[in-house]
Amino acid sequence: MIQKIDAKKMVVTGDYAAAYGALLCDVDVVAAYPITPQTIIVEEFSTFVNDGITDAEFIMVESEHSAMSACIAAQAAGARTFTATSSQGLALMHEMLSIASALRLPIVMPVVNRTVAAPIGIWCEYNDTMPQRDSGWLQMSCEDNQEVLDMIIMAYKMGEHKDVLLPVMPALDAFILSHTVEPVDAPSSDEVLDFISHYKPHAILDPDNPMAIGTFTPPEYIQELRYQHHVAMNNARKVIKDVTKEFAQKFGRDYHGLIEAYKCDDAEVVLITMGTVTGTARDIVDEMRAKGKKVGLIKLRFYRPFPIEEIRKIAENVDAIGVYDRSISYGTGGPMFIETKNALYGMEKPVVNFLAGLGGRDVVKGDVEKMFEILLKAKEGEAKEEIYWINTRGVSI
Amino acid sequence: MLKEIIFYGRGGQGGVTAANLLASAALKSGNKGVQAFPFFGAERRGAPVKAFARISDEEIYLRSQIREPDVVVVLDTGIMDVVNVTEGLKEDGIVLLNTPRKPSEVEMPCRVATVDATTIALNNKILVGGIPVVNTPLVGALAKLLDGVNIEAVKEAIKERFGKNAEANANAAEQAYNEVVL
Repeated sequence: MIQKIDAKKMVVTGDYAAAYGALLCDVDVVAAYPITPQTIIVEEFSTFVNDGITDAEFIMVESEHSAMSACIAAQAAGARTFTATSSQGLALMHEMLSIASALRLPIVMPVVNRTVAAPIGIWCEYNDTMPQRDSGWLQMSCEDNQEVLDMIIMAYKMGEHKDVLLPVMPALDAFILSHTVEPVDAPSSDEVLDFISHYKPHAILDPDNPMAIGTFTPPEYIQELRYQHHVAMNNARKVIKDVTKEFAQKFGRDYHGLIEAYKCDDAEVVLITMGTVTGTARDIVDEMRAKGKKVGLIKLRFYRPFPIEEIRKIAENVDAIGVYDRSISYGTGGPMFIETKNALYGMEKPVVNFLAGLGGRDVVKGDVEKMFEILLKAKEGEAKEEIYWINTRGVSI
Repeated sequence: MLKEIIFYGRGGQGGVTAANLLASAALKSGNKGVQAFPFFGAERRGAPVKAFARISDEEIYLRSQIREPDVVVVLDTGIMDVVNVTEGLKEDGIVLLNTPRKPSEVEMPCRVATVDATTIALNNKILVGGIPVVNTPLVGALAKLLDGVNIEAVKEAIKERFGKNAEANANAAEQAYNEVVL
């Protein structure tokens, strides 16, 4: 249990917001291994344990693979668990991710998006989380530190819902959120615990009533498990919308479900963004609107499940759609671009992909403005390419 | 009005903490948008480093690094041999230097403010590992230079952040606030 904590306004990093969110959710077990730029999350949480604010079990392990293994075991024993990682750490964890989700254990794990080697970098790129697409987790991305805190809280409620029962991976951009301080409104522990309610596991490993889970299973059964997992991921769409709505009613901050549409109502072109570039894009949309350009923005919050219907609905009324990606599936395009094209199958709309900020390169206002300018050309059928590499040496646009 | 500030110093000197303190103080002063972040580099103790802060009476959405600052703070003027601290500075921008010299004794192509943060730190006995703590007095001096950040809020932010030595750091900030010359 945690001590009672009052609501307060803080000026904190995204990493602190993530750790504080886990504290407010009264997690029972944290198992983690440090990796830049995630380290602060588990460091801060271990401080909460040391200071006696929570009696959570903090397990230091020898690798990320072990961290996820320990979380799986703890969650299967009925504990609400939490961990965090980045980059190579997530790659090493990959094997255990599918086990956590297929055992239907609603673990919550923020991932600080960091480039995966080679070469070694510590800065923001989405090539760590995007390859986890088929791991069966709910995956989403945060725009600011307030959303990081709020999303940790909502993640437990979404993942633990009886129609979902899946782990959740909220992502935050390396340094741009993880190490940046900004104002965060933190609710009281009472309000949070009232919102997420007590964790009631669907099955518990109990020495008095022994059972085994995830054991050797013949072809007669596995396909149905895959089907149920698929149904649960689809169920998550409604649960995500319901939980964000309930959160808005209780805490006054509305995240609008799987996506947030910004000035899309009369837009001729829209850009889809994820993560912190969304903030910069909001400013550009405002500036271009002031000049009479009908541009809009879709903040993509969830990558799994992917908001197919939401994007199709907006796409019906626009002339061109741009997708900003912070990682690349070599030879094809950005992962969100591929998803968007899949979502828009059968609709005759130009879809253009923009790659920028890879390896942590700063994405400036001019970069986002360029994306919109190309989109306005695409609307007239004048876009030369399908994939544009923004601010990239050796590439002229 | 959005104000953008860059802190130049050496790794370990407290530039990032200064930016964070300024953000906290700005929020306490009633600003709606505050943001502070380190330059996303591979920082090393002693090497030139920088940190950024944004302050606005409206919410801040912009996420890129700062290239055209309104104010530049130099914690150690020694780095000016290797770093062009006025790069991108806005036309009416200010450079705040930690130096015993007066602004008239400094030749720079911009408005210059000075405060002897090192001496103030020594007088207030704020030292870490024998090195004077210059970041808290410099944030105090900034309260004089920036509209919308008041010295009481700076002192409060310092007291929240530092357990012991909070009082000495807050006093140093107030002294710098009174002594800074533009």
